[in-house]
Amino acid sequence: MAEAGVWSTYFYPLFLTIGYILAIVVPLMLVLAFITYFERKVWAAIQLRKGPNVVGPFGLLQPVADGIKCLFKETIVPAGANRMLFVLAPMVTFSLGLIGWAVIPFDEHLVLADLNVGLLYLFAVSSLGVYGIIIAGWASNSKYAFLGALRSAAQMVSYEVSIGFVLVTVLLCVGSLNLNAIVEAQRGLWFFIPLFPMFVIYFVSALAETNRTPFDLPEAEGELVAGYQVEYSSMTWLLFMMGEYANIVLLSGLSVILFLGGWLPPFHVEPLMAVPGVVWFLLKTAVVVFFFTWTRATLPRYRYDQLMRLGWKVFLPASLAMVVIVAGALHAFDWLPR
Amino acid sequence: MSERQIRNMTVNFGPQHPAAHGVLRLVLEMDGEVVERADPHIGLLHRGTEKLIEYKTYLQAVPYFDRLDYVAPMNQEHAYALAVEALLGLEIPERAQYIRVLYSEISRIANHLMNICTMALDVGAMTPFFWGFEERERTMEFYERASGSRLHAAYFRPGGVAYDLPPDLLSDIGGWNEAFPKVIDDIENVLTENRIFKQRTVDIGILSAQEAFDWGLTGSVLRASGVSWDLRRNQPYEVYSELDFGVPVGSNGDCYERYLVRMEEMRQCVKIIAQCLEKMPEGPVKVQDNKITPPSRAVMKESMEALIHHFKLYTEGYHVPAGEVYRAVEAPKGEFGVYLVADGTNRPYRCKIRAPGFAHLQVLDHMSKGHMLADAVANLASMDIVFGEIDR
Repeated sequence: MAEAGVWSTYFYPLFLTIGYILAIVVPLMLVLAFITYFERKVWAAIQLRKGPNVVGPFGLLQPVADGIKCLFKETIVPAGANRMLFVLAPMVTFSLGLIGWAVIPFDEHLVLADLNVGLLYLFAVSSLGVYGIIIAGWASNSKYAFLGALRSAAQMVSYEVSIGFVLVTVLLCVGSLNLNAIVEAQRGLWFFIPLFPMFVIYFVSALAETNRTPFDLPEAEGELVAGYQVEYSSMTWLLFMMGEYANIVLLSGLSVILFLGGWLPPFHVEPLMAVPGVVWFLLKTAVVVFFFTWTRATLPRYRYDQLMRLGWKVFLPASLAMVVIVAGALHAFDWLPR
Repeated sequence: MSERQIRNMTVNFGPQHPAAHGVLRLVLEMDGEVVERADPHIGLLHRGTEKLIEYKTYLQAVPYFDRLDYVAPMNQEHAYALAVEALLGLEIPERAQYIRVLYSEISRIANHLMNICTMALDVGAMTPFFWGFEERERTMEFYERASGSRLHAAYFRPGGVAYDLPPDLLSDIGGWNEAFPKVIDDIENVLTENRIFKQRTVDIGILSAQEAFDWGLTGSVLRASGVSWDLRRNQPYEVYSELDFGVPVGSNGDCYERYLVRMEEMRQCVKIIAQCLEKMPEGPVKVQDNKITPPSRAVMKESMEALIHHFKLYTEGYHVPAGEVYRAVEAPKGEFGVYLVADGTNRPYRCKIRAPGFAHLQVLDHMSKGHMLADAVANLASMDIVFGEIDR
């Protein structure tokens, strides 16, 4: 009797949770791999090239080939590096890229942890992301990596502030930090219409947060060679890339949840309602990821001081003002959620 | 508390650096992100070209000039060919002059495409690079069709050009020339009014006209600083005086204007190419003096004298009367000059090469001081530096 009790109270839920986690992480890793393929194809189309087309049909196995290549290469630890931290940094980046997914609702009830503070949890996880980069830059014992890490730290901290205010406005409109509740609140009208300026600020800040063009200064090729990743190779480098892409998809997913109605169909008409919510969620995320890719192919890179100026002198006051305006409007017209 | 000495960080920028444009080793002394001193170290691509030329006949020296600025090879050959012709007192046929001008301008487009696109890449814009290099590839195809070689053409030789152009080449160049402005427009669309690109280049690395004179700058860099000086117009050589083209001039002398001047120069190149194609006469492409240029293959089969000429030309070469001469052309990067001392033998006594990039590189420290690291990269890119001609 006692043994059965232990089984049903401890082990069964544990295995179930591990099963859920695998059910999220394994498809996620596949998606990450194929996002690299998607990205390269999009750039190729923009840049009059062909993109990967040799490995497998239409080059579809290219991500697999890349992964295998990285797996079998030697991990080089530079002589002057702090060995432990050097190896730890990519792990931190990678795991932080994954754990955020715990609270993302793929469909109405399809979520690993339906936290009431889901938004805060995500915010905390994405703030921690800077640690992986700082540790990497410091542990590499290289000047380029060090400069890249410093840039990255400053950049991520600055843009986190404006992302925070964006989250606050959404929070004001919904009255809950639960991501499912946020999606439910958009049944009538997706938030990107009333909160369009915030959507723009969020998207640009997300670019900065994930170190993507035009904010890719930490790894600016023309200046810092590869920034904080300069000393990394093989699997450690792969973990950085996976972490980075996981973050991109995570922030795209978050923007879908905050502004684009999450798993809701665009119109409440019958054929669209029949499509499962997961499909809508993934489709919308793919569109946002496409915007990330498009931006990278189009824009040059900001300079360090220009980036800080944009963050602190434009985005921070703008988002702060929007918080006040939105709060004022909600109060004045008695639209506050109850 | 003991006093601590704060030392600036020294960063070794290159020679294996994606933005080093070849084998530049730049030792940067940095105060955080700000460059305090930029110290270019050169010589990693030194091949002793000038000394080697002293041991070659006048014809054998031609290919060395391709290997100087390998982005626009024919312009270098041009200066050398002009210098030798001046010593020999030769006047080359009109068709050869037009072919030379035509290919000089194609090279100029190839060079400016390379420069503008890599500059865009260095400030972070990836796409113009691929668009531009698509077209650059076409210019190299024209090189290949005329000379048999994509880069190291050895096509402009003292006395004219090596061979006549193959049939259809002129009409193909014409077709390309008409379509090419569209590509310039595309590149302008993503760069010229792009706010980030302007933020990165406007007022960065300003050089006044006086500074440009003091540092010996030439070409697009000098013109961007507001000096209207172009050897093609101010000291016309070949048939440039008969052609109608504009010389774009800037006013501020910053990275952005250097970019704009190069963009406009490409449009002027298109104009010059169109005129060359229109006015290109028929006729010989080299002087008909077999002491200087080889006889045709067909004649050699028949004529003993022609065979002897051929043998003498490719073994001993020709003797150039003693004298000194300086001839310069407006190469895409600036004034490319050749100072030749002949002692009456079949080999030059001395050949001094004036490479524009050498003067452009030395100003880098002056223009980057106090700017940020990212600006130093933009400055470097806007000076249009190629190490083949700097290290020689």
